[in-house]
Amino acid sequence: MENQFFVDSEHLSPAALARKHQLETEPASRTNHMEYLPGMEQIDSEVCARVMEQMNTYDYSQYTAKDVKAALEHERCSIEDFKALLSPAAEPFLEQLAQKARLETRKHFGNTVYLFTPLYIANYCENYCVYCGFNCYNHINRMKLTTEQIEHEMKIIADSGMEEILLLTGESQAKSDIRYIGEACKLARKYFRMVGLEIYPVNTEDYRYLHECGADYVTVFQETYDTKRYEELHLLGHKRIWPYRFDAQERALRGGMRGVAFSALLGLSDFRKDALASALHVYYLQRKYPQAEMSLSCPRLRPIINNEQINPLDVHEKQLCQILCAYRIFLPFVGITVSSRESAEFRNGIVKIAATKVSAGVSTGIGDHESKYTGKESDSTEGDEQFEINDSRSFDTMYRDIAEQGLQPVLNDYLYV
Amino acid sequence: MQNDKLIIGGHEFQSRFILGSGKYSLNLIEAAVRDAGAELITLAVRRANTKEQENILDYIPKGVTLLPNTSGARNAEEAVRIARLARELGCGNFVKIEIMRDSKYLLPDNAETIKATEILAKEGFVVMPYMYPDLNVARDLVNAGAASIMPLASPIGSNKGLATREFIQILIDEIDLPIIVDAGIGRPSQACEAMEMGAAAIMANTALATAGDLPLMAAAFRQAIEAGRKAYLSGLGRVLVRGASASDPLTGFLHD
Repeated sequence: MENQFFVDSEHLSPAALARKHQLETEPASRTNHMEYLPGMEQIDSEVCARVMEQMNTYDYSQYTAKDVKAALEHERCSIEDFKALLSPAAEPFLEQLAQKARLETRKHFGNTVYLFTPLYIANYCENYCVYCGFNCYNHINRMKLTTEQIEHEMKIIADSGMEEILLLTGESQAKSDIRYIGEACKLARKYFRMVGLEIYPVNTEDYRYLHECGADYVTVFQETYDTKRYEELHLLGHKRIWPYRFDAQERALRGGMRGVAFSALLGLSDFRKDALASALHVYYLQRKYPQAEMSLSCPRLRPIINNEQINPLDVHEKQLCQILCAYRIFLPFVGITVSSRESAEFRNGIVKIAATKVSAGVSTGIGDHESKYTGKESDSTEGDEQFEINDSRSFDTMYRDIAEQGLQPVLNDYLYV
Repeated sequence: MQNDKLIIGGHEFQSRFILGSGKYSLNLIEAAVRDAGAELITLAVRRANTKEQENILDYIPKGVTLLPNTSGARNAEEAVRIARLARELGCGNFVKIEIMRDSKYLLPDNAETIKATEILAKEGFVVMPYMYPDLNVARDLVNAGAASIMPLASPIGSNKGLATREFIQILIDEIDLPIIVDAGIGRPSQACEAMEMGAAAIMANTALATAGDLPLMAAAFRQAIEAGRKAYLSGLGRVLVRGASASDPLTGFLHD
C-alpha cells in the first residue's frame, strides 16, 4: 500500500495545475536534485559518503536472532550490532531491547524528561513536498506573523511556564528571510531560556548570524536518506536539493551552534534504512565534532489539511519503539525527542524507555496560541497547520503526567554562553 | 574521628560524601542529603537557570554548602562565565570546574581546566576542578590555586568504579590537596575502596539516581565512605596493603 499524496485544489489556476501535474508525472520536467543551486554553500565533508555507503549495503534480512542476542549482550553497541537491532529479527526481542534501552537512558539522563514547545511563525513555502501541509500547491490559509504578533505569541507561551522554544517557518526565503528569523530569535531570547530553530537549511554565515541572535540548536529533518525516493517526493524548490540539506547540521556547527538534531520522516521510504542512516549521520558527525550536542527525532507521517489519508504505512508503534530502543542502545548519549505526532499513551510509555524530550502545548498552526491556550476567540486571522497532531496535552497536563510517572520534568538545562 | 575533618579552601566538613543533585526527582533531594549525611551538594548552574517554580535551588536544604558546577562549558572562558553567574545567583564561592569538549563520554579537558582554575582562584573562588587523573596536570592545578583535585574514577555515569585506580593512587601519594574521587563510582564498595586508598572524599550522583531506593543507597554510600575512611586512618594491615611479606626479617643478619 502506498500513500496517495497528490491532491488538486480547485483554487489553483489552470497554468499552476498543469505545472503541478507535469512535476508529478514527468520526472524529466524536474531539476537535478543532487545539484547545488547558485548561492548554496558546498562544504568539504566525508560524512555523507560514509553514511550512504553503510545504508546502501545494509541488508537487514541477513540478520538473525543470534545476531540480535549477541548485540543485546555486548557492552558496547557496534554499527553491526545496531544493524541487527534495527532488523526484523529483533522484533521478537522488543521487550529486551526496551529493558536495555531504559538502562542506558537512566545512566545518561537519570529520570529527567525535558519539555519544549514549537512556535510556527510563518507557513509560506516555496517547495512542493507532496506529503506536507505547507506545500506550495496546497490550498491553506497562509500567514506570516509580524514582530508584534510573534512577541504576543511568545508571551502567551512563556506565561504557561514553558522555557524552551523551537521556532519554525515554512521554507520560503522570500517570505521568511534570515533577518526576519533573526529578529524572532532575539525576541525569543527575552522570553525563553533556550531557543532552537527548525527552518530551511542555510549557509554557515547565516547560521552564525542566527546564533548571534540567540539560537543555539538547529533541527533539520532529512525526510528520507533514499535519494531516489527523495526526488519523487520533493518535486520543486530549494528543498529538492538533497545534499545541501544533508550537510545542514555540519554547517550549523561550523556556524557556532551548540547542538543539532536529525531525523528521517518515517513512512516515506524503507524505514529501517532511514533509521540506520539517521543514526549514522549523528554517529559520524559526533566523531568529527565531539563537543556538539546531538539529538534524534522520530516523526511518522501524519494526515494534513486536504489529505486525511496520509499515514506512516508499515511503521506501526511497535516498529517505532524498536527504532527508538535501537537508537538509545547505539547512541546512549544523544537526546531523543518524541513529538505530538504520537499519542499520549505512546509518549507516556516511551519516556520511560528511551525518549528524553517531549513537546507540550503544541500547535502547528500560525498565530493561534491565544485561542488554543486560553479558549479566547482570536480577533486576527490564523494560519493553517502543517499536520494534524495527535497528543494535544497542555503544558500543565504534560508536566503533571510526567511527574506522576515518577519522572522529573525539566524546563531548562541550558545556558547561552 | 571527631577531629578528622575534610578541609577544602579553609572550610571544614565532617562529611566526606559529596552528593550530586542531577538525574533524579527534585523532591528526593532532601531525603538524599539527610541519609547521605552530606554537607556539600553539587548543582549544575544550567539547571538552576530557570524560573522560580522549578528552581533546583529551592529543593536544597538549608545549611548545606552548594557546589555549583560549570557543566555545559566547552572551554575555560565559558567555565569562568558560568562560575561568575553562579556567584550572582547566590550560590556562594565554591565552584566545581567541569569543562567538556566531548558530548559522548563527557571527559574533562585538562588543559582548559587549568586555565579556568587559575582565573577563578584569583577571583576568590574555592576551585574544585574535575579532571582526568594526570600527575602533571594535578601539580599545575595546585599551582593555579585549586582547593582540591577531583580525578575521575571512570567515565561519568558508567558506574564502573576505579578504572583509573593506579593513577588516582599516585595523586593521593604526591599531591598535598584533598583528592576527591569523582565520576564513575557505581557502588558503595567502590567508594569504600577509594577511601581505603586515601582519597579525601567521594562524589557520586548516577549511582544514587539509578538506585531503586535513592535515600537507602545514599545511606549505604555514607556508611561505606565512613568505613573506608576508618580503615585508611587505622593503617591497613600489611597483607592488605602490598601483598604478603616474609615473617622472618630479611635484615636479621645485620649486627652493627
